[in-house]
Amino acid sequence: MKIRTLVAAAALASVGSLAQAQQLAPSPTLDAVKARGHLECGVHLGLPGFSFANDKGEWTGLDVDYCRALAAAIFGDASKVKYTPTSVQQRWPILQSGQVDVLARNSTITFSRNATLGLNFQGINFYEGQTFIVRKSTGVKEAEGLDGASVCVAAGSTEEKNAADWFRERNLKVTITNFQKNDDAIAAYDAGRCDAYTAGVGALAGQRIKLKAPDDHIILTKPISNDPQGPVTRWGDERWQLIVRWVLNGTIAAEMLGVTSKNVDEMKASSKNSEVRRLLGAEGGFGEMMGLPNDWMFKAIKQVGNYGESYERTVGMASPLKLERGQNQLWVKGGLLFTPPFQ
Amino acid sequence: MSAPATSSVSLWRERLLGTPFTAFVTVVLALAIAWVAVPLIRWALIDATFRGTTRADCTAGGACWVFIRARFGQFMYGFYPADQRWRPDLAGIAFVLGIASVVLAPQRLKLSLGLAMLIILPLLGIWLIGGGFGLRPVETRDWGGLMLTLFISIYASLIAIPLGILFALGRQSELRIVRLVSVIFIEFWRGVPIIAVIFLASLLLPLIMPGGIDIDRLARAVIGLGLVIAAYMAEAVRGGLQALPKGQREAATALGLTYWKATGLIVLPQALRISLPAMTNEFIALIKNTTLVLVVSILDLLGIAQASLADPNWVGMNMEAYAFSGAIYWLICFGLSRWSRSLEKRRRL
Repeated sequence: MKIRTLVAAAALASVGSLAQAQQLAPSPTLDAVKARGHLECGVHLGLPGFSFANDKGEWTGLDVDYCRALAAAIFGDASKVKYTPTSVQQRWPILQSGQVDVLARNSTITFSRNATLGLNFQGINFYEGQTFIVRKSTGVKEAEGLDGASVCVAAGSTEEKNAADWFRERNLKVTITNFQKNDDAIAAYDAGRCDAYTAGVGALAGQRIKLKAPDDHIILTKPISNDPQGPVTRWGDERWQLIVRWVLNGTIAAEMLGVTSKNVDEMKASSKNSEVRRLLGAEGGFGEMMGLPNDWMFKAIKQVGNYGESYERTVGMASPLKLERGQNQLWVKGGLLFTPPFQ
Repeated sequence: MSAPATSSVSLWRERLLGTPFTAFVTVVLALAIAWVAVPLIRWALIDATFRGTTRADCTAGGACWVFIRARFGQFMYGFYPADQRWRPDLAGIAFVLGIASVVLAPQRLKLSLGLAMLIILPLLGIWLIGGGFGLRPVETRDWGGLMLTLFISIYASLIAIPLGILFALGRQSELRIVRLVSVIFIEFWRGVPIIAVIFLASLLLPLIMPGGIDIDRLARAVIGLGLVIAAYMAEAVRGGLQALPKGQREAATALGLTYWKATGLIVLPQALRISLPAMTNEFIALIKNTTLVLVVSILDLLGIAQASLADPNWVGMNMEAYAFSGAIYWLICFGLSRWSRSLEKRRRL
């Protein structure tokens, strides 16, 4: 009887481990990354707050932080990543030809890109969208409040068309003043020739610093266009896509669950919330299911921080860009940032 | 006061203010120069800030050279590891000394020493900068700044000049097949925009190459640039060849010299002397064309200047970044053109 139970248990265990081995689909990308000893990440050549080299030559920014978190999840070491700066023309070919493992380069997710480029977008790490910068003294809080105002734009730009369409649809009388170049338009705005200037949230944050008195201007948080951006992978290699997607989700979940780089040790040791415990590898064995160590997100949060910490440090209030969370706030706090549960 | 000084003063007065018309032109030009130069000097020197560490130190209203100071290492070497920067420095010194030794060597040693340097120096440079064989390897992605601009210019021209001379000779060859190959090569590379070549080399090659074979990104760009410039160089050399009277080669052949001896000893030395200005022109154009590698994210001097502008701590320092890198390009190109002029003068005598 006892022996039979033991045999049955052993058989069950072996079936279990077999099932687990079968679940672990081959991942040539992960294997290559591990063999190489570092992650290859494609980033922007230079976009304030998102990806840039600082005075010491270290890459920093929101997109760069994602790469570091991914490296920490794979190797337990956020520094095991090398960056390939990419120009706008290069970004897809460099990923398609396998020169980088993942592209974190503020690239907007669109249907046609997803359907035709052979690439998959693995979530959203920044909700970008066209919006307006106005003087704080005007008291304008959203784009609807611009009725009767004038907006400086570069002639023939996408922004000009978007803004004109948006105001026309809403029957708002807004004067669009055209300039030859973006720089001219923002200079004219700074000189007081228009009440507003329009561009993407991220771009406006970078341009606000250049104004004479940056603190006198406010970037409207509700955008008039929808340009979500996130990490990109090649088609195929589902397990790699899984890893790329869930590391991003993990950084968002960590913020949601209140796990930060400072309290992560304590949380792992003593949290009673089972989602926290699964996220940090204290139970559930989630890392193993993807072929990673179980402390994958623990290492990522410990070394890079949760999404909110990254945001504040790179583009948020602790950075020169001083961008509010806006749409990039957690869904429970009125933003769009969302992650499925770690269950 | 000595007599020549007085005479030169009067000479200049004559030149600048001799007639009412020249006086008028002088005044107008002086005003125009002052109109540009005064604000420029105010911005770049008088109102500029040189000391400090952050943009907050730049309060004088002029140029913020603090930015260049903070980033000077990157402008010169890119992301090359700081403790290894003596290596490109040493490579640069080796190049200068190597060329100087050839220039100063006695006439009979010049050719063999020159050929030896042509082989040793490029290999030495790649070893010193790239590492391996005892030196810590530094990946080409970490190379950048002025060092990379010079590297690309020198190595692309090392491909371009020999190839260019060969194809220029080939174009004049009596063998139809050689002539055809040369014409096709020259016309193909001359007809393709450089930027397209760089794109193809860096984007298309990895897509069509069989997996596993990976040629370095920088090497692809250098080879691509080298091939285009080779076509331009070939045309510059052809100018020299055509300017040479036919009698020169005929006389050499009559003396019993073989084709290669006649070419090497009689034709090329004279033709190259004639085409030196045109070749210098191509080389200066090449230095400026290296900036096109920016489209494939290789960060040469201009690329690193642009990338630096993305640091939120330095956003908006466009004028400083471009003025500084522009000045360096100008210094290099101006220096080169003076050098080639002095070379021409010396050879003519």
